[in-house]
Amino acid sequence: MNGRTIATVYLKELKDTLRDRRTLISMIVGPALFMPGLIFGMGKAATVIVSKAREEIPRVMLISGEDSPGIRAELEKSGKFRLEPASADWKQQISEKKVRAAAEIPPGFEKALRDGAAPAVTLYDYQGELKSGLALEQLRNFFTALRERSTAKLLADRGLPATIARPFEVKEANVAPPEKVGGNLLGGIVPYFIIFLSLIGAMYPALDLAAGEKERGTMETLLCSPAARTDIVLGKFLMVLTGSLFAVFSAVASLGATLFLVVSSAGPAAKGDPGLFSIDPMGIFGVLAMVLPVAVLFSAVLFALALFAKSLKEAQSYVTPLTFLVVVPVAIGVLPGIELNFRLALVPILNVSLVCKEMLSGVWHWGYIGVIFGSTALYAALALGLCVKMFRSEGVIFRT
Amino acid sequence: MIEARNLTKIFRDSKRGEIRGADQVSFRVEPGTIYGLLGANGAGKTTTLRMLGTLLRPTSGSAKVAGFDVASEPDRVRAQIGFLAASTALYARLTAREMIAYFGRLNGMDERGLRARIGVLSEELDMGAFLDRRCEKLSTGMKQKTSIARTLVHDPQVMIFDEPTLGLDVMTARAIVQFVRECRGRGKTVIYSTHVMSEAEKLCDRVGIIHEGALKAEGTLAELRERTGEADLEECFVKIVAPGARP
Ligand SMILES: Nc1ncnc2c1ncn2[C@@H]1O[C@H](COP(=O)(O)OP(=O)(O)O)[C@@H](O)[C@H]1O
Ligand SMILES: [Mg+2]
Repeated sequence: MNGRTIATVYLKELKDTLRDRRTLISMIVGPALFMPGLIFGMGKAATVIVSKAREEIPRVMLISGEDSPGIRAELEKSGKFRLEPASADWKQQISEKKVRAAAEIPPGFEKALRDGAAPAVTLYDYQGELKSGLALEQLRNFFTALRERSTAKLLADRGLPATIARPFEVKEANVAPPEKVGGNLLGGIVPYFIIFLSLIGAMYPALDLAAGEKERGTMETLLCSPAARTDIVLGKFLMVLTGSLFAVFSAVASLGATLFLVVSSAGPAAKGDPGLFSIDPMGIFGVLAMVLPVAVLFSAVLFALALFAKSLKEAQSYVTPLTFLVVVPVAIGVLPGIELNFRLALVPILNVSLVCKEMLSGVWHWGYIGVIFGSTALYAALALGLCVKMFRSEGVIFRT
Repeated sequence: MIEARNLTKIFRDSKRGEIRGADQVSFRVEPGTIYGLLGANGAGKTTTLRMLGTLLRPTSGSAKVAGFDVASEPDRVRAQIGFLAASTALYARLTAREMIAYFGRLNGMDERGLRARIGVLSEELDMGAFLDRRCEKLSTGMKQKTSIARTLVHDPQVMIFDEPTLGLDVMTARAIVQFVRECRGRGKTVIYSTHVMSEAEKLCDRVGIIHEGALKAEGTLAELRERTGEADLEECFVKIVAPGARP
């Protein structure tokens, strides 16, 4: 191995790559815009959709209950509903979103209520549908409040204190530090994108420096030089790795800058918001450290595939399935409720996704971190070894 | 100096089975001479030259280039050769100067020596006008000059040309042929493959006729004419590769 030759190859590839606009976009500009854009865009879109849905006064239907006009009057008086005339096809109307929800008031309800033996009110909604869910929530609130008023009235009529129905209150309070809450929201999604970007950033340089060179005929020119094959492949590999790390760092830097701008422009109020802005800063460094062997692994695997291919087109057909192969374990890691254990710590990529989630929420399981870093580094070394072996094989380089 | 002894290359192809790309090829090229490897498409010229250039490993047989064995000292062999083929392209996004400098560095040259060498080559090949233009923007002729400068940057003793005029216009092809002659004039050992008879006639001191991987005949042009009793090289060629054929 000759460091000078490796550096010569690397610097040439770096210059060559930086002159290629397409690579620059895939390595730097894309990742820098992508992550803040996606996170804030999605967050903003969700907020807009939910608040729009909340603004709507839901149409609801009362089924039967004609002998309980008081309930109907109170529902109307609350101003929170638009009552639709009862109709036999109410189920279909809910499905077709003509009404959002329905409440079935049993016959003789108000009378039974006065006697203290009322049967159940049934609420109908279309589960999973946002606006129907909101209407259901409103109906539930209305009937719960009605029930409490009825209880209080029944107790008062019998001369009993209201506390008899509620001998004690139940309260809930969060003890997790704010970064833990933030870690769970942002922690799930940030490692997901970082791992994915480390793949995307390596992709274009890998294709270009291996299959692209074969296709354009410069590979043969390069191999005519006395440079040792191992030095050439290492120099090229370093460039692919640079692409991967560029993508990660430009995404993290732009995300950091965006968060900083948002927090400083929103003033002190936003700093207390645990939803987005408070993640363990050490966690970011932890994630970057874990992503390093992942980037080496992706770069080496992509490079090996692109070396094997005869043309860019063939290389692309190998790389696309690999993208799906990576998305799945990373996406599983984002699912809430999946926790790191010893077995999962051995599953490549998924383990990194899970341990990053922990680190961002301020949890440091050093044993797992060591195992995961070590095993990923081992896989990465094996993949890099494969690249070197392939590059030295004329059957791969001059494949027909 | 090039010495090939029973150079053989067997390719294993999933569809075609075993292919003898080169079959027991032996020849010798002295410094200051041009050896022409003459053969039709698929005859085995590229395979033979790639083995000399250490791009392919011989299945059996051996070759020495400038005193180094192609199988055991490939890196040293490559330091002694300039390899130019129709398929050895330039990096589109590098300038001509950067292209030459890159290969100079890969040959272990230092920056000062490299600068001086690029000056000399640019002068000799008249490249001053486009030295700092990107290769993708160059005309075919300019590209060829850049490729030549790339092969010469480390001043190799041995030059290997694999159909270097393939697909070039007449003027560019003539310039290449002239350049190959100059290499001989400087005492370099030159091997030149072609399927064009007239090129072989104009250039080569000795010619080897290769067919289906094997060297069918070898000698000076005069010897080949004498052997076949034909004055025209094309007739010689046909007689050698297809002895039964009637004109
Ligand atoms: N990498 C390879 N794999 C399989 N067969 C090959 C390979 N390279 C060349 N060949 C075969 O070897 C024979 C000689 O090819 P080649 O040396 O390229 O001929 P030429 O350069 O004289 O046109 C041809 O039949 C060709 O198809
Ligand atoms: Mg050929």
